[in-house]
Amino acid sequence: MSQRAPWEEQRKLLVKLEEETDPALGCSPTKRPLDQHLRFGLINLDKPSGPSSHEVVAWVKRMLRLKHAGHGGTLGTFTRSEQSDGHWRASSSS
Amino acid sequence: MVTGVLPLALEDATKTIQAFLLTGKEYVCLMALHGEVEEKKIQAVIEEFVGDILQRPPVRAAVRRDVRKRRIYYIRDVEIGGRDVLFRVGCQAGTYIRKLVYDVGEVLGVGAHMRELRRTRAGSFTEEESFSLYDLMQLSEAKTEERETLARRMVKPMESAFEYVPRIYIRDSTVSSICHGAELAVPGIVRLSEGIVPKMSIALFTLKDELVALSKALMSSDQMMKEDHGLAAKTVRVIMPAETYPRMWKTKTVTVQA
Repeated sequence: MSQRAPWEEQRKLLVKLEEETDPALGCSPTKRPLDQHLRFGLINLDKPSGPSSHEVVAWVKRMLRLKHAGHGGTLGTFTRSEQSDGHWRASSSS
Repeated sequence: MVTGVLPLALEDATKTIQAFLLTGKEYVCLMALHGEVEEKKIQAVIEEFVGDILQRPPVRAAVRRDVRKRRIYYIRDVEIGGRDVLFRVGCQAGTYIRKLVYDVGEVLGVGAHMRELRRTRAGSFTEEESFSLYDLMQLSEAKTEERETLARRMVKPMESAFEYVPRIYIRDSTVSSICHGAELAVPGIVRLSEGIVPKMSIALFTLKDELVALSKALMSSDQMMKEDHGLAAKTVRVIMPAETYPRMWKTKTVTVQA
């Protein structure tokens, strides 16, 4: 575990091989068509005081007519724990 | 009571929300001391809490109340006005600020409680770049062209959550096998972050910067650079739809003789 905050750390990229990608396959995240942009999208919400994180998600879900939505890291008094072991979960965790 | 950065994930991006749960956070906290203390002493005690601290989760918590180690990356911008102490704290995921404040109060000998808390950062998402519920309402009511403009501005690709996550870029020909749950073998690696160690939570990307899967490293960065075969990472959660890249691996075909 590093001493510094992740946003204050520089992580270099190592190059193992020179390789190109076929432009016909996939799509750069910034060039996705609108429906896909939303389907694979995140919102940086400034949560107001009052409603719980859970309520806020429910509102946004209804407002934007979404089937699924989740939030990362509860903001509130009775907080659901943040993952403490530092590892990915195979099942949905929001 | 608690306000600030709350990352929301839409539809299929919901699977990537874990990136925010694992990442460091920054808060601005207003602490109320229960007695008079010299400013110098407050500064000094706060300074002591930077680094590794031990915390027992509060009574009302959703985790086992075992003492656990958490890292405080920094405490800055301390402003003291009588019994009110304002500060900015950068900390590891799962740090209880309410508890931190309580503990600072105990060390100062006067006791303290958290009066207000605002999250100013969750990983790559900062307060400056956040949108309000009112902004989102405008997005929901907008039509066609305006909707597209607002959606492009307010909604970020899920990849943006992984800015600080160690990563491996993989070949086009490897993408489909990962999407079907296979482990990543060394020959599929094109570029990688330095500092990866076995068991680390990492992310796999295409050469177009698309997120493919969340994985667990099986080798260190050095090993991945040195080896020319072997398994480099175990796939934990596939994010990319399987049909995005064509299937390029070979399967054994069994010819049945009539």
